[in-house]
Amino acid sequence: MKKLWLSLLVASMGALALTGCGSDAAGKNGEVVVYNWGEYIDPDVITEFEEETGIKVIYDEFETNEIMYPKVEAGASAYDVVCPSDYMIQKMIDNDLLAKLDFEKLPNAKANIGTQYWEQSKGFDETNEYSVPYCWGTVGILYNKTMVTDPVDSWDILWNEKYADNILMQDSVRDAFMVALKRNGASMNSTDPAELAAARDELIAQKPLVQAYVIDQVRDKMIGNEAALGVIYSGEAIYTQRENPDLEYVIPKEGTNVWIDSWVIPKNAPNMDNAHAFIDYMCRPEVALKNFDYITYSTPNDAARELIEDEDIKNSPIAFPDLSQYNNLETFSYLGDEGDELYNEMWKDVKSE
Amino acid sequence: MSNGKKLLACPYVIWSAVFIIIPLCMVFYYGLTDKSGAFTMANIAAIATAEHAKALWLSILLSLISTVICFLLAYPLAMILCNLNVNQHSFIVLVFILPMWMNFLLRTLAWQTLLEKTGVINNILGFLHLPTLNIINTPYAIILGMVYNFLPFMVLPLYNVLVKIDKNVINAARDLGANSIQTFFKVILPLSVPGIISGITMVFVPALTTFVISTLLGGSKILLIGNVIEQEFTQTGNWNLGSGLSIVLMLFIIINMVATAIFDKEGTGTAL
Repeated sequence: MKKLWLSLLVASMGALALTGCGSDAAGKNGEVVVYNWGEYIDPDVITEFEEETGIKVIYDEFETNEIMYPKVEAGASAYDVVCPSDYMIQKMIDNDLLAKLDFEKLPNAKANIGTQYWEQSKGFDETNEYSVPYCWGTVGILYNKTMVTDPVDSWDILWNEKYADNILMQDSVRDAFMVALKRNGASMNSTDPAELAAARDELIAQKPLVQAYVIDQVRDKMIGNEAALGVIYSGEAIYTQRENPDLEYVIPKEGTNVWIDSWVIPKNAPNMDNAHAFIDYMCRPEVALKNFDYITYSTPNDAARELIEDEDIKNSPIAFPDLSQYNNLETFSYLGDEGDELYNEMWKDVKSE
Repeated sequence: MSNGKKLLACPYVIWSAVFIIIPLCMVFYYGLTDKSGAFTMANIAAIATAEHAKALWLSILLSLISTVICFLLAYPLAMILCNLNVNQHSFIVLVFILPMWMNFLLRTLAWQTLLEKTGVINNILGFLHLPTLNIINTPYAIILGMVYNFLPFMVLPLYNVLVKIDKNVINAARDLGANSIQTFFKVILPLSVPGIISGITMVFVPALTTFVISTLLGGSKILLIGNVIEQEFTQTGNWNLGSGLSIVLMLFIIINMVATAIFDKEGTGTAL
């Protein structure tokens, strides 16, 4: 999850590198084209993977699921490994874009990923045949203790006029609607036009209070004391707290989104074997731990969690919350083309207001 | 000889076919069909919906304001540049072109850092006990970004046309009794109309279609028509609607160019 300009720079540099090197640069065992969220891997892990396996990694990044989908669907880029979120994986399975994984080639995935995450994955990948969990987490409110005087335990605080121009919202349609739907007590997978219209009106009412709609910049802006409250992914919370101890992360009482980002292999992937090798490598406990230390997003890799030395992190309520204490958590599901259209239409209404 | 010339033109013909004509045909194909590939005008008619019309209107308004500000800033500057001696003016022109060597995105991001609530400008103002400047994430910041980024495109055509005006024409006007204000309005301004026209086009068109400036400096709160189109392609995945709206935008650009071309003829006609 990186800023737009950085992704653009990386993309253009990647294009240069491709044209410049040609096929001589491919590793002795071929290559694997990985399409992942920005800043979602420890770069050393890629180098070590290349050294050990002789497979060259061509690495590309996206900022939202919605940006990723058309590129994979168009098939022009032919990615081998992609890391979408839950509902998007469901959409890709429904539209026949994904290959079934060969778990014989993924011994580490079977051994190390906790059962509860396979169970949770069944919500979008019924048979556990298409995806291997990579990271998971919640969405909540990150607030600055020096700037917010009220108790923060509810999404309501994002509608509090006291914090006008001090609120950062997510600039992505499902995340933004999740906040409003949950606040209204509705399901975040609702396709009921009345519930959605109510959520849209809430978001429009909130807009004058919002400083900016951002995605990855929430992190930097909160660290820089630019805003008092921000909607953020739990994985970013630990990192921001390291940089700015005044920040605190809360899961609102109305419930929130529990998400999983998982590795999948597109149907048209040219390097199936290398793709499996890459996914399996990511599931090794020490590799998963290295990634966790670097990106601070919760790992579903139980063996890796056991290796965490710092007890505070290992039992952190932010990284590894006990989800049984909430009864209103949900995971996004794919709502079909019509549902998508309804959301997009209403989101446009919010943005153009 | 003429065969040789034709061969020389070959790379440009291929270039324009591959990078201009084919993409343009694709835009028209997508814009005039729906998802199943059947012909439709719905994507173009979609401009009339409230949120699209509003985005278009806002884009036109902001780019018009930016163009006017650019013109008012650039004209005196171009005149000053012309009146400098040769060594100085090449240096000063360089100073104005220098920022263009840096990436456009980086320069716009720099403004974000400068204008933020806890940004550089507000820190300095706070230190001097002056009121802080809160224009980030408002239309004013977008206009600032447009003016800053596109000003050189106004300065250079104006400078080029002003520097070519024969000094004897101006001297003749003064000789015949015109004061400096009359000289300016009756001689210099009409003679510089071609530069004004190309300056306006080169500022107005990119300002009308920008989406990066409004995203970075508007905090994604202000939806310009460029943002709408960008989101149809990258987020919503509705290429047909995105292309349809692009065609509408193209019409506006063509209208702008036709209008300036007509005005150009009249302008130079009366001047000569």
